[in-house]
Amino acid sequence: MRKTTLSVAAVAAVALLAACSGGDPEPAENAATEEAAAAPEAAGELVIWVDENRQPAVAAAAEDFTAETGVEVELVVKNFEDIRADFLAQVPTGEGPDLTVGAHDWLGSFIVNGVVDTVDLGGQESAFEDVAIEALTYDGQLYGLPYALESVGLVRNTELAPDPVPATFDEMIAEGEASGAKLPFVINTAGADGDAYTYYAFQTSFGAPVFVQNEDGSYTNEVGMGGDGGYAYAEWLAEHGQAGDGLLSTDWTYDIANQEFADGNAPYTVAGPWAVPTYTEAGIEVAVDPIPAAGGETAAPFVGVQGFYLSARSDNALVATSFLTNYISTPEAMQALYDADPRIPALSEVAEAVAEDPVVAGFLAAAQNGAPMPSIPEMGDVWDHWNAAEASIISGDAEPEAAWDKMLADLDATLNG
Amino acid sequence: MSTDTTAAPRESHARAWEGFGWGFAAKLVLMAAVNAVGLYVAWSAWDVEQWGVLVVSLALVAVADVVYFSRRRLAGKYIFPGLVFLLVFQVFTMAYTVYVATTNYGTGHNSTQDQAVDALLIQNERPVEGGATYPLTILISDDGPGFAVVGESGEVLAGTAEEPLAPVPGAAVDGERVTAVPGYDVVDLPTLLADTDLQQDVLELRVPVSEDADDGSFRTREGSRATVYASSLAWDEDVQTMTDTTTGTVYRADQDTGNFRADDGSTLPVGWRVGVGLDNFTKAFTDTNYSGPFWKITAWTFSFAFLTVASSFLLGLAIALLFNDTRIRGRAVMRTLFILPYAFPAFLSALLWRGMLNSNPDYGIINSLFFFGQRIEWLTDPTLAKLAILGVNLWLTFPYFFLVCTGALQSLPTDIEEAARIDGAGRWRQFRAITLPLLLISTTPLLIASFAFNFNNFVIIYMLTGGGPRFTDTSAPLGHTDILITMIYQISGVQGGSADYGLASALSIIVFIVVGAVSAVAFRRTRKHEEVL
Repeated sequence: MRKTTLSVAAVAAVALLAACSGGDPEPAENAATEEAAAAPEAAGELVIWVDENRQPAVAAAAEDFTAETGVEVELVVKNFEDIRADFLAQVPTGEGPDLTVGAHDWLGSFIVNGVVDTVDLGGQESAFEDVAIEALTYDGQLYGLPYALESVGLVRNTELAPDPVPATFDEMIAEGEASGAKLPFVINTAGADGDAYTYYAFQTSFGAPVFVQNEDGSYTNEVGMGGDGGYAYAEWLAEHGQAGDGLLSTDWTYDIANQEFADGNAPYTVAGPWAVPTYTEAGIEVAVDPIPAAGGETAAPFVGVQGFYLSARSDNALVATSFLTNYISTPEAMQALYDADPRIPALSEVAEAVAEDPVVAGFLAAAQNGAPMPSIPEMGDVWDHWNAAEASIISGDAEPEAAWDKMLADLDATLNG
Repeated sequence: MSTDTTAAPRESHARAWEGFGWGFAAKLVLMAAVNAVGLYVAWSAWDVEQWGVLVVSLALVAVADVVYFSRRRLAGKYIFPGLVFLLVFQVFTMAYTVYVATTNYGTGHNSTQDQAVDALLIQNERPVEGGATYPLTILISDDGPGFAVVGESGEVLAGTAEEPLAPVPGAAVDGERVTAVPGYDVVDLPTLLADTDLQQDVLELRVPVSEDADDGSFRTREGSRATVYASSLAWDEDVQTMTDTTTGTVYRADQDTGNFRADDGSTLPVGWRVGVGLDNFTKAFTDTNYSGPFWKITAWTFSFAFLTVASSFLLGLAIALLFNDTRIRGRAVMRTLFILPYAFPAFLSALLWRGMLNSNPDYGIINSLFFFGQRIEWLTDPTLAKLAILGVNLWLTFPYFFLVCTGALQSLPTDIEEAARIDGAGRWRQFRAITLPLLLISTTPLLIASFAFNFNNFVIIYMLTGGGPRFTDTSAPLGHTDILITMIYQISGVQGGSADYGLASALSIIVFIVVGAVSAVAFRRTRKHEEVL
């Protein structure tokens, strides 16, 4: 009897061993583990990583593809935040997908880690918004099919501020104060962490892009935040920070900033399309405009682009490319993607169609002012230093020039050290 | 050992075998299943060429068979499953961490040299500027696949890997696409999509545009269009060099750093993983960006773990003693309430506390309720941030020790205390000389475990302060409340920045050694307490 129990334990042990050593002991019901077992006999089967939001739209395109070509498509639903690290780790082992959905700023690390293949749209590039193609282009090569873009814009409470937004930050603050609301303006500062992303449009209006741009809009790896523009921006942060007139504050986290706006305590905020439902559900009527300039130049927010990447080690690269260029880049599929997850479509034709919605049109106008977030490998190392420097200036903990210099020195040490 | 076969009173269970019974049949079935699973794993490993897994799974199956079919090895029958778990979940993980710690695995060194070469060739083969895209027909002959396109003046051009594109007379065209070429079979798209081997051949096929290699070659990405591509890097496997064909720069494979390096020191972006010996350990202690923070963070990690355990144990013990007094009414309800913080998920509580500690009294309830609406920088002042972490962690942890101490107090023999009281010992004396030592016997192992847990208490740090406020004297993105485990997380680059898994693994090993040593010493000391009894 005791022997029997032990054998059961042994079965369990070996089964577990089997499960964690790569092969599945039996055809698993769980799709997430199933894809891990690279199945060479499943000829012409595409594996695509998607997140939950986009799964239905990609599934619809995949259904057409399977009906027309007979190639099975397996969708693996993953957390969007996990995809970057998993793609980097699993593509080299041969267990990655053929295609994955992803953000364009992952591209730099995908390239230096050699996990991504180029995509040839065969002349269809001009059908897409320029900024979307630019964002997924590195060193003259296109690495992925863009499908959506997003950026922050100036969101206005139409009850408190019925008129379109003035051209400059100072005029906006004056209107905001005239509106009688508790705060003239609120912006997500990510609390004490700092949020250079949301603030970026103000920075570019001083002519201090994060990295120096080439003529064609692509980024070099030379930090562009030094120089007069950068210091002017740092001074501006200090002037309006907590030690200054208090228009900006590190007390505002994403939730607090959204709450203040949703409570009608502020007529203006800088936010992305993802925050709009929070406001409308609270009964606030919103309009979206391009961000006003704080310095002398155009306020250009970061544009983020989402797209599909092709694995450098796909066994089905031909089928995967065919799926991308012939089935996902169609207006119907792009519209389905928009319906599933409302971000501004990267395909111009669809973008114009959905821009009938004034909020979408507002964000599209804001994005057209913007520049793609750099996708160069160096970008990932910038955030920590950059956010921290801005937060310390806004909170008044550090002198603007000293904090900015410290950030530049840290960036130099991190990027070139 | 008795040699007398007639009298064997201590015959082992395993030898008292009386033939095949139901038990044996059941064992046979179960072991067959074990073998089947083991062989399936070995087979899958063979398929994906994982030789290590193959060998280990076969060895484990063999050992399992020997252990369970042998009439001896009774002990083995009991411990074998446990050993398998140990091997898979502990030994393997540790060995792999040690292995990674001796490599430069991280951003730019993600895989093997072969994959780096592939990736570089992919990245440097680009469409020729101004090159048009042509509707493509894929051909197949005995010599392999070929391409056919309609040329600019309407003539049909066909070629293979060896033969550049050339006009073919007698071919049929429908619109812009070639439909038949003499001497070749035309492959239609459905056939191509159904044949993975052919797809690979087609993807790898480059048909030169002309005899001059600089003109580039036709290539297809999805089977129905062809574009002219040219490659700007050439890989020579024999001498291990990459040559930039536009500038002539030669990049040599440098196996010490895992990069292609030119004579002027410049490197190609994609590198590969190589062994670097103990460099990562040296770096942890000597690199100016890491060594300064490393010692500070180590000191704070120790104080954090020690102070958390000490404070929450003392508070838990005090409350447990209080509620152990039978004169207090409603003890059951009160005890339940005190355990509540322990019942919430720690990461949620930490996030809530982060909001409550907001320095603006309009948003942060702590400042507005308890500090008269003063502005106190709980999370951005280095000292206050440490206090905040200790305070929140105290709130999270004391219920555990309250629970443990309550249990231990209730199981203490009352007669010793009674004897002490009769002997005239005061309350304090009773507690110090009798209750506490007896209590420590059962709680010390838990204190040590709690220390080890808090030493690696990632959640509270990450959720409450994210390691901030930042050190101002280093370029590493680390802060005053970072502990070793959050430092490792930061360096591993999972969050977004560039990754250095080698360094992160090296630091993990150092942490493992520290925690192991502290626990070993502490457990040794526990034995002293047991001498009280």
